Amino acid sequence: MTWLSDAAVERLREAAESPDLTGTRFRLLHRIGHGGMGAVFLAEDQTLGRRVALKVLDVPDEAGDLAARLLREARILAKLEHPGIVPVHDAGTLPDGRVFYAMKYVEGSRLEELARSLVATPDRLRIFEKICDAVAFAHSRGVLHRDLKPENIMVGPFGEVLVMDWGVAKILREPAGGAAAPEAPPAPARDESPAPDGPARCTASASPDTRDGAVIGTPGYMSPEQARGEAARLDERTDVYALGMILRFLLSGAIGDRGTIPAPLAAVCAKATHADPASRYRSVAALAADVARYLDGLPLEAYPDTLLRRARRTFERHQLVIWLVLAYLITRVLLIFFARH
Amino acid sequence: MNKILIGILLGTILGFFDGATAWFYPEARAQIVGILIGSTIKGLIAGVLIGVFARKVNSLPLGIVFGLGVGLLLAFGVAYMQHEHYFEIMLPGGLVGTIVGYATQRFGLGAASTPARA
Repeated sequence: MTWLSDAAVERLREAAESPDLTGTRFRLLHRIGHGGMGAVFLAEDQTLGRRVALKVLDVPDEAGDLAARLLREARILAKLEHPGIVPVHDAGTLPDGRVFYAMKYVEGSRLEELARSLVATPDRLRIFEKICDAVAFAHSRGVLHRDLKPENIMVGPFGEVLVMDWGVAKILREPAGGAAAPEAPPAPARDESPAPDGPARCTASASPDTRDGAVIGTPGYMSPEQARGEAARLDERTDVYALGMILRFLLSGAIGDRGTIPAPLAAVCAKATHADPASRYRSVAALAADVARYLDGLPLEAYPDTLLRRARRTFERHQLVIWLVLAYLITRVLLIFFARH
Repeated sequence: MNKILIGILLGTILGFFDGATAWFYPEARAQIVGILIGSTIKGLIAGVLIGVFARKVNSLPLGIVFGLGVGLLLAFGVAYMQHEHYFEIMLPGGLVGTIVGYATQRFGLGAASTPARA
């Protein structure tokens, strides 16, 4: 009897798990990641000559619930055509019977990696604004993400931001004229595997449906009402909460460390992550607008304005012209003084 | 507001006030009206030039440098006509030009542009 080495067994296991792309236009390159219900592979679209990411269902799914869920995710993504949302190129069933969808292969870093290298607060805020743009667009199409977190956000080499992993998205309403993405039937409760270097994503119910009691999201980023499983209460403000936590993460580098966050931005984070949804920003657009106002040196919705603050802000916004006028006046006074004495 | 309009308004107003400071010089007080008119026209010309430049070149640093240059040049012309007080005329003139150069770029809107940022 010949014993196989662990490495050989691992290679065999990988080969067995690799999707069968025979007869498709895709050529498998290598595995690049693993999600809750599917593995993500890098593949080459041989027809168009470009690289794509293939998300393939890789867990047993006798009832077909997860396959339906994966297809539902693909349909939701297909509906959300926005530069900040990863586009879907194709979806279907592979020769080995597994459901897949092909999406844009995003080269770049995850937000959590990028946050370590970015230094300037305005750079972080501009990235945050792009994330808000994408999520606000999804909301305008009636889709809630429900699992926004730094590891689900990719930043490309040219600063493009892509919001990923819409597997647990909730459809609030169908957009006018939009094709309905059928809701997947309920699946048995299970825990999803934790993502590397990130907080665990718990899914008491793997189904993306909206039944009360189903807890879907990531601890540390999910809103209190989401953590309580009050699915019927979830709306745009649930994603506002997660975005508030992402903003705090971007500004402080770690959840909970608020030492270095400027007071106005701390107020924005506090408003976005308020325990009561009614006290949060009413929409992602309102949150993004407050961040934009901070960048422009304008008064914030979350940070009450006082006379002193207004004066300081005005000075900061126009300090060059104020210094020039002061220089002119001082010059004039000195010239007059010396001329008369 | 239009960049040229900002240049004209600000140049004229600052030119007027710059000329009005002559009132504090006893030896010039007798010619205050002529100085006011001349200084206002100088500000108007500077404003037009700086505004036109701002409309063509959407850059805050270049706008400031151009404003300074125009302010200094026109003030030099005034001082040259008097053959004296070069420093007293050119220094404030240059500062006024710089202010107008900054304001046209920062607050003015061109035909197809947004206010310039540093």
